[in-house]
Amino acid sequence: MTRFSRLSLAATAAALALVYLLPLWHIGLKAPQYPEGLGLYIAVNRVVGEKPQDLNSINNLNHYIGMKRIVPESIPELRLMPLCLGALIGLGLLAAAWGRRGLIYVWVGLFLVGAVAGLADFYRWGYDYGHHLDPEAIIKIPGMSYQPPLLGSKQLLNFHATSWPASGGLILIAALSVGAWLAFREFRASRPIAA
Amino acid sequence: MTRVSSWTRTGARMATLLVAFVALGCGRGTTQAGGTGDAASKVYVPPGQYDEFYMFASGGYSGQVSVYGLPSGRLLRVIPVFSQDPQDAYGYNEQTKPMLQTSYGFVPWDDAHHPSLSKTDGMNDGRWLFINGNNTPRVARIDLTEMNTKEIIEIPNAAGNHASPFVTQGTEYVVAATRFSVPTPQKDVPISSYKENFGGQISFVAVDPKTGKMSLAFQIHMPGFDYDLARPGKGVSHGWAFFTSYNTEQANTLLERNASQNDKDFIAAVNWKQGEQCVAAGKAKSWPTSYAHNWVDEADIAHSEMLSGEKVLEPADCPGLVYYMPTPKSPHGVDVDPSGEFIAAGGKLAALIPVHSFTKLQKAIADKAFEKEVDGIPVLKYESVLSCEVQQPGLGPLHTEFDDKGNAYTSMFISSEIVKWRVKDCKVLDRIPTYYSIGHLLVPGGDTRKPDGKYVIALNKITKDRYLPTGPELAQSAQLIDISGDKMKLLLDFPTIGEPHYAQAILASAIKDRQLKTFDLAGNKDPFAVKSEKETRVERKGHTVHIYMTAIRSHFVPDNIEGIQVGDSVFWHVTNLEQDWDVPHGFAVTGARTSELLIMPGQTRTIVWVPDRAGVFPFYCTDFCSALHQEMQGYIRVSPKGATTTLSFNTPK
Repeated sequence: MTRFSRLSLAATAAALALVYLLPLWHIGLKAPQYPEGLGLYIAVNRVVGEKPQDLNSINNLNHYIGMKRIVPESIPELRLMPLCLGALIGLGLLAAAWGRRGLIYVWVGLFLVGAVAGLADFYRWGYDYGHHLDPEAIIKIPGMSYQPPLLGSKQLLNFHATSWPASGGLILIAALSVGAWLAFREFRASRPIAA
Repeated sequence: MTRVSSWTRTGARMATLLVAFVALGCGRGTTQAGGTGDAASKVYVPPGQYDEFYMFASGGYSGQVSVYGLPSGRLLRVIPVFSQDPQDAYGYNEQTKPMLQTSYGFVPWDDAHHPSLSKTDGMNDGRWLFINGNNTPRVARIDLTEMNTKEIIEIPNAAGNHASPFVTQGTEYVVAATRFSVPTPQKDVPISSYKENFGGQISFVAVDPKTGKMSLAFQIHMPGFDYDLARPGKGVSHGWAFFTSYNTEQANTLLERNASQNDKDFIAAVNWKQGEQCVAAGKAKSWPTSYAHNWVDEADIAHSEMLSGEKVLEPADCPGLVYYMPTPKSPHGVDVDPSGEFIAAGGKLAALIPVHSFTKLQKAIADKAFEKEVDGIPVLKYESVLSCEVQQPGLGPLHTEFDDKGNAYTSMFISSEIVKWRVKDCKVLDRIPTYYSIGHLLVPGGDTRKPDGKYVIALNKITKDRYLPTGPELAQSAQLIDISGDKMKLLLDFPTIGEPHYAQAILASAIKDRQLKTFDLAGNKDPFAVKSEKETRVERKGHTVHIYMTAIRSHFVPDNIEGIQVGDSVFWHVTNLEQDWDVPHGFAVTGARTSELLIMPGQTRTIVWVPDRAGVFPFYCTDFCSALHQEMQGYIRVSPKGATTTLSFNTPK
């Protein structure tokens, strides 16, 4: 790797440490009775309300449609994700220190696999909450499910739900892009320039 | 005598005008006087938008405080203060009952008059609102982040706490003075011994700068006049407070005539900093009158204690404490201008408004320009303290408020109008009729060092034909008047709760963002709180049963209870588990001889129910909380006394 690539990779990996502090994703809910909105932030190790009581309020509202309570302590991904992030940071720094070109391909590859797996898991998680409802639910509407959108917005009964990456998620996307760009530069530099 | 007869002539003239005016008003229908062409747009607050000011109005003999938005005049809340309130269960539930304790026992009503916003450096700081109870002398403190009453202190040795609770420039004190002199301390004496035995107590109630907690600092044992209204000084006059008096004749019967003989009564100018020094020097005597002090603790539970041993100063023992400024005639309001220099009196039977000067007062004291002494209190010469007199302002001047441009606005009860005059030279600038018989008036921030001189609001005693009639008992009325230009313009009429006496207004931006939305459930310190449905339970202790219940959309836990017996004292402790804004739950049970409970999110409230018959009785949520509010109900089974039904209740699966 070039000196530039090694320094950039180290900086990118180090910047990922911010993702421990910042939320990855934001789910927003607005309804006529909630003009101020309710929201959830999902981070690598926690799910918290946008306002202190939002998670509690969302759980309380969800009981009408028979949705399971969102209990952060019982979501295994929240224990796994910090380890994955740590590994990604560690490997990135290691690759930068070692300097072998092949390592950046491995790093970007792992990052990509992790990101896709994360999104797939997020979709599965949303599907599970939205479809596996209490058969004795208070409000039952034939054919209706309550899966939040993976990305974008959707009307769920009286709630308008939105789902977008938050600051931590944007850092992940930026870091992955920078990694891919560095890998591409390295790849190009490793071949003789075509005539 | 000349003065009186000239007044009578003026009075007759003005009364004729008044009669003619009212007669004109009768057939007016919808084209009534008042309201200028563009008035509607000036008071229109579009749906979903906020008013510019909060107005806190006394509820008068309702005993409460009402909160309005200005300029729309929309009623936003009624804060229970001195009266039991079946909506909030204030004074009915166990947590608030102690607030209404007095030395006379539980008193569930009072006559509230003068809201007074707390101040920092002479400006409204939006922390607390104080208000007096007139009949059972009390002062209450309302927390403005919660808009709930947090403390009430009884004023001993007083009767009719009318000159109260105006705050000093830095909320060092709220003042209190008795409108009715009484034997001090109380004793069994002939009423005709008024002059020997009756006194008029002036009180200074200290306010803790951090917590707002009130304590009676000291009292001044004054001659037995009727002390009517008060204002502390500010700016140059900070450290002083001014109290009007009438009945300096010391009549004890037919005061209407007998207390209206002197051409001048007095404004008592009290140097409270001197009072502090005399108390510190040990010149106060300790009196044994007991008085109640009630406050809400950190767990949101009210307590009541009885205190005594109030420190009382005799004016003769503390030279420099009090001076009397002669003031025509039977003065009602006394109001201090934004600079603190000018002190306007509402001489309600005078044909002029006297304005005293604080600088002249200081000079007169230094020069000993005394006319006489009354019970050790020097009486200053009228001319020596006078700045100017507003001549022929109208009839029955009562109260004055100020704008930020050097003008004063005085309410005229008899001629039913507001008169605008210039403070520095007492020149009348404008006048506008009010409908009808205005009492107090207010300018937002009108008693601060920098009023928001946009509006004056008339608070009227008589409504008559202003609204659709509602039988013999009519609403009272406030009128919003634009004072931003040279001419006052009537913009809006709106009805009020009870007699609004005085009101104060503050910019909404000063307090709206500090409003509490919910109580923190995790921080709920009520000993009977339950923080989850798992903790709910029912416990019997002899003939007392405690139900630890939760409410959340849309159910109570437990909702089936058995094993209660006729005559048990059943304490329903209901905790609202919601932590969502504006989701209160209510609670009512058949046969309760109290009120409902209304429980804010995160709060615990308790009501006692003593079933008097066997059967199964429903209880339900009274606040339409959710789509399944109607399902939010339960049953309690009551068995005859001595029955063997076991105590049982259901909890969640």
